Amino acid sequence: MQEALDRVIEKYRLEEGSVISLLQDIQEEFGYIPEDSVSYVSDRTGIPQSSFYGVATFYAQFYLKPRGKNIITACCGTACHVKGAERVISRIRRELELTDGEDTTQDGLFTVEDVACVGACSIAPVVIVNKEVHGKVSATQLLKEINNLKKETDA
Amino acid sequence: MPKAVDIRICMGTGGIAAGASAVLERFEEELSSTGVGASVRENCSRHNVGCRGFCARDVLVDVILDGERTTYQYIKPDMVQRIVEEHIVSGNPVEDWVVTDDYHNFHEKQVKVVLSDCGEVDPEDINSYKSRGGYKAVESVIGSKTPEDVIEMIKSSGLRGRGGAGFPTGLKWEFARKPESDQKYIICNADEGDPGAFMDRSIIEGNPHSVIEGMTIGAYCIGADKGYVYIRAEYPLAVKRLRIALEQAKEAGYLGENILGSGFSFNIKVKLGAGAFVCGEETALIASIEGQRGMPRAKPPFPAQQGLWGKPTVINNVETFSNVPYIVTKGPDWFSSFGTEKSKGTKVFALTGKIRNTGLIEVPMGMSLKEIIYDIGGGMERGEFKAVQTGGPSGGCIPKDMIDINVDFESLAKVGSIVGSGGMVVLDDTDCMVNIAKFFLEFTQRESCGKCTPCRVGTKRLLEILDRVTEGKGKSGDIELLLTLGQDIKDSSLCGLGQTAPNPILSTIKYFRDEYEAHINEKRCPAAVCKAMLTYTILEDACKGCTLCAKACPSDAISGEKKKPHVIDQGLCVKCGACFDTCKFKAVHKE
Ligand SMILES: Cc1cc2nc3c(=O)[nH]c(=O)nc-3n(C[C@H](O)[C@H](O)[C@H](O)COP(=O)(O)O)c2cc1C
Ligand code: FES
Repeated sequence: MQEALDRVIEKYRLEEGSVISLLQDIQEEFGYIPEDSVSYVSDRTGIPQSSFYGVATFYAQFYLKPRGKNIITACCGTACHVKGAERVISRIRRELELTDGEDTTQDGLFTVEDVACVGACSIAPVVIVNKEVHGKVSATQLLKEINNLKKETDA
Repeated sequence: MPKAVDIRICMGTGGIAAGASAVLERFEEELSSTGVGASVRENCSRHNVGCRGFCARDVLVDVILDGERTTYQYIKPDMVQRIVEEHIVSGNPVEDWVVTDDYHNFHEKQVKVVLSDCGEVDPEDINSYKSRGGYKAVESVIGSKTPEDVIEMIKSSGLRGRGGAGFPTGLKWEFARKPESDQKYIICNADEGDPGAFMDRSIIEGNPHSVIEGMTIGAYCIGADKGYVYIRAEYPLAVKRLRIALEQAKEAGYLGENILGSGFSFNIKVKLGAGAFVCGEETALIASIEGQRGMPRAKPPFPAQQGLWGKPTVINNVETFSNVPYIVTKGPDWFSSFGTEKSKGTKVFALTGKIRNTGLIEVPMGMSLKEIIYDIGGGMERGEFKAVQTGGPSGGCIPKDMIDINVDFESLAKVGSIVGSGGMVVLDDTDCMVNIAKFFLEFTQRESCGKCTPCRVGTKRLLEILDRVTEGKGKSGDIELLLTLGQDIKDSSLCGLGQTAPNPILSTIKYFRDEYEAHINEKRCPAAVCKAMLTYTILEDACKGCTLCAKACPSDAISGEKKKPHVIDQGLCVKCGACFDTCKFKAVHKE
């Protein structure tokens, strides 16, 4: 972990206002912001931990807990909303047995999260599965995709 | 002499989602030494281009054979072989797959300034932009014209900011030019937080150099040597293309030290947003670049006086910057020949929702809404036209009977909406206006940064009222309460987020008060959207007993024998609508 963090610190050493960039790179590296990483980077840079947590909790992009192996990002922007995104999202959440307030499945295989618009509104509703954008999606199509992903991990 | 062939494949986010990469791969295969197009491969060039607007028809492919352009729509990889064989090799276009009339209608009434090179140039190749006149503006300005002259030019073009507020761009630059300072900054606002809008993404994905060129001219005018593009992390493709473009511009000498030997230096850095709508607001954006929580502050002082790190700073929207090179090369008079008296030029809109031709359009300011929806948009997809939502969470709805309105800054403001960034979501009779208002309030409430009380607490209270109205628990007096509270929040919030957050509610009450009343007094949702007031039933006559609905039902509420009409147990029904969506015989009824 230290080695990766040192690299990140070095990258932004001369930059002013680098808290967000530091956190973004940490998250890129580990998939979330581990507590240890914050204390380490704080010690090395002299930026107080509170600054990191202040920023990390303000912006929607940062995660303080590990996320699932597969990330399903459902758009809930206006265009997707009027094209029935909500029904699609609740269907996949039900399929994955996620209760209210829960984003990641017990087995850590899936995280379902939403985003305010991915800018592909003309092919709404839009869902991103592991960084791949799917337009005009239906619940059936996504359930298939989820099953495929499940099989892949079983294999 | 073999014919020259140019193949252009739409590779925007929309195109890629529709499978453009696989289509390109197939072209590569068919045009390799073993493919059906082996004989012509030497004369074929292939280009990725950005969005040309009509994403609903993706993947769009242009084949330009000896200057003759044919556009294909809905192209899938397995169609490529036939195109190569019949069209590229033998010279006979595959008529079945060529775009239809509505593709031409979609483009006919549009006027493209900002988008004129989008979909034409290869965004990852600076020479492609240069071959269409790119960077001519920078060349003609830097070292040859004084900053004052250029500012005068922008002022006389009448260009107003495209990020929402419509502030005159030339004037903003003049304000930032005046103060003496050892350091000034220029920032491009590519945060595009309005859900339902994708103009800025498409511009950066389709023609990033135009934005860089605009920023460089802006920097020259105000005397800045550092610039930032603050861009949403949700736009990975745009970020990638922007970074490539910045590298190329630097290599070509249009960015960096001593640009074109003039002594003027300018560098641009990319800053990724981290998912906060409020960071689109200029003072919050500055805080975010400084690495802090993105909270706005009171104005004045305006950023032009005290911006990033306390220095004079100009912040403009992506589309604003992208207009600049075209104004410089074609002249301010040419630009101001489009549009209305007070709103000059064109505006890019993201046309989405229940309309047939969804996509990105650019029209002269002042075009009527009717032309946009029916001539360009091709009319409604299925239902009956009800309203258009413009300006996103800060905007409002324009109802059916105002469809003749001209779309420009002044006219929309008059009816309680805004041009905003340019999102246009078309709604039909199956959309509930109270639900739409609640949707936006949920968004603004979640995105409120919490700094000022009216916005933090006020939006929460508004949302509580809307929640109970949509749950069938509305009380008499709720409409009046929404109106007064909404007005108070508008009057007393610190920044534009709170000052405009009540707009979606105020405007839907203004034009669709009867829907609010039906929810509150009759406990009924006229559009059959609000769950709590819905009942799903199966129409006995229409049900064929195919059992699909019973399989789809997550709560086992549907029962019945095969080939016999099914029934829904209302006690078990969770109103998820799965049966309604799966039934092929329209046998599920909701009201
Ligand atoms: C809550 C809020 C969000 C905003 N979001 C954006 C945005 O995403 N993009 C943008 O260009 N302007 C946005 N603005 C407007 C900016 O504050 C600013 O006015 C604009 O970037 C100025 O550029 P312009 O003069 O070129 O329009 C937002 C304003 C507010 C109050
Ligand atoms: S609203 Fe879903 S992509 Fe824009």
